Amino acid sequence: MRKTLLESLTHGSLTEPAPAPDEAALAELAAKVDRAAQARLGRSLAIREVDAGSCNGCELEIHALSNAFYDIERFGLRFVASPRHADVLLVTGPVTKNMREALERTYNATPDPKWVVAVGGCAIDGGIFRGSYACVGGVSETVPVDMHIKGCPPSPTDLLKGLLALLEHVSGKR
Amino acid sequence: MGILDGIPHVNAVLSHRPWPRAVVTEAGWQAAIDRLVEGGLTLLGFWGEPAAVHMALFDGGSAEIVVVTYACTAGTFPSVASRHPPALRLERTIHDLFGLVPTAADDLRPWLDHYVWGKSYPLSGRNASRDVQPYQFLPAEGEALHQVAVGPVHAGIIEPGHFRFTANGEHVVRLEQWLGYTHKGIESLMQGASLEAAAKLANRTSGDSAVAYAFAFARAAEAALDIEVPRRATYLRALMAELERLANHFGDIGAICNDASFALMHAQTGILRERTLRAADAAFGHRLMMDVVVPGGVARDIAPDGIPALRTLLAEIKKVFPRLIELYDNTASLQDRTVTTGIVKADYVRQFGAGGYVGRASGRNFDARRTLAYAPYDQLSFEVPVLEGGDVNARVWIRIREVEQSVELIAQILDLMEPGEIRSAPPAGRGACEGLALTEAFRGDVLVWLRLDGELRVERCHLRDASWFQWPLLETAIEGNIIADFPLCNKSFNCSYSGADL
Repeated sequence: MRKTLLESLTHGSLTEPAPAPDEAALAELAAKVDRAAQARLGRSLAIREVDAGSCNGCELEIHALSNAFYDIERFGLRFVASPRHADVLLVTGPVTKNMREALERTYNATPDPKWVVAVGGCAIDGGIFRGSYACVGGVSETVPVDMHIKGCPPSPTDLLKGLLALLEHVSGKR
Repeated sequence: MGILDGIPHVNAVLSHRPWPRAVVTEAGWQAAIDRLVEGGLTLLGFWGEPAAVHMALFDGGSAEIVVVTYACTAGTFPSVASRHPPALRLERTIHDLFGLVPTAADDLRPWLDHYVWGKSYPLSGRNASRDVQPYQFLPAEGEALHQVAVGPVHAGIIEPGHFRFTANGEHVVRLEQWLGYTHKGIESLMQGASLEAAAKLANRTSGDSAVAYAFAFARAAEAALDIEVPRRATYLRALMAELERLANHFGDIGAICNDASFALMHAQTGILRERTLRAADAAFGHRLMMDVVVPGGVARDIAPDGIPALRTLLAEIKKVFPRLIELYDNTASLQDRTVTTGIVKADYVRQFGAGGYVGRASGRNFDARRTLAYAPYDQLSFEVPVLEGGDVNARVWIRIREVEQSVELIAQILDLMEPGEIRSAPPAGRGACEGLALTEAFRGDVLVWLRLDGELRVERCHLRDASWFQWPLLETAIEGNIIADFPLCNKSFNCSYSGADL
């Protein structure tokens, strides 16, 4: 174990420079978030991830944000275990009807001010599951959405760009 | 003696490939269940249609597979689950989706149907309504027992499902799962879909096994249409399948250790996982390699940069991974958590036909790559690790050994692969046909059964994840363990919610 630990100290860091915030996402947010809320949060956001029926592909890439290459916590972004601790809900999936109530309840349990980020093609409009008897189709049909991150699944870099746009906006640094 | 020699049947369906499908009467259906109960056969799959039910049966001795079909003329079929428990969730699902009623069933609670779809029996093709009743969990009675309800939204970044624990102090007396939260209606979306659209859905049945599903779906379609796949395409498929296995095993090994509070391993395997996904992206243009395996072959060849990227990846794994194995093996505090925790009994594994590391860590020697030797694995040399311990530790070691095998397999494929065609065109003007295929995903065997109409559209497709036969064993594995060890046990199974909820 010592060898592995020492090597981590002596080798250069794997963590990559931050990508630029996503311009489209910034524009989407500009219309939605009020400045008073921005001031209150500072440059730190607690994120609660909610799988509303995804294929689990998005979850894999959201997980990757915590690895040494992306190191999401350096930006003040961290994943929390309860919606009651969260500022942001990161929602994936086409919102299955079986998950709709759980998503609503999670949203209601999250204190204001809060933001909802819909992640992946399914979360935008149901994606390839659109039209199924078992899916609502699109997160915004169940809870208000502030921002969308596209992709099937979005890469960790795409996710990071979107979340950095949110962070920039929230901390009023534009 | 073939399986069908012992099962009275009416006739065999000629357009079903590569294994036979036979229509049976009640006597044949019961004879098949007899063989399952005795342990002579293993249940590989159990699915419905509006007026029929099918079971896929496997003979471990001869590696023979057959499908038996019972026509539900009265909207009923003799219950399988009342005699053979591994069929239970599948039987409840058949009832939920098709409204067919298993006669003499002990448990007819809904499984996927949470009464919010806006219609009952959605695949039955008729309008019928079902009485709404609150879901009844199985009772556990005794002094000092209490219940802990967990989910569907969990604390981590994982899929949704409900776990109902009954505990005595810290010890779990009973765990009951209630899933179905991620039910998307994939099999209904498949109906009438083109091969291309259906393959996309197959890729997204369980995103972590996108390649394995696409592989199984493509092979089922190729079996149905009786087409050969170019050799280069089979190698490219296996390359992707092994990369997928590597990425998932790295993720799992780290996540299991992380649930035992050993974050160092998680950080290190996280790096290997990321490197694997980046190599996959360089080689095949998508980190999870979705939509590359298609019926007839592969959609695109490996990128020119792909081969050096994969060789660099293999060198890195060979350098780093042995040290991580040593770290796992020599950290007593970690072993203290994983050894003898969450034991799955060998009898259950055999009875349920549990695949993947869950089965192989409890002595079940089955790996579709070797047992069914589909291309190109019939041309490759590899070992299938099997252990007897059945605990979290054994499931970690199976993964470790499989990482080593996958590294060797990728190296072999890179050496063997020669230039050539990568896709065969589907034949035009063939009549209705049916195909069945199994592939080995990282968590176990995926089964796809498919019926195509004369215009190459999907008439009915059933996808069966390995998780169907693993989830119930997690309920047994946690019994007598403390609640705090549940995340560890759960992670060591890493069953798919989406794959089993469909």
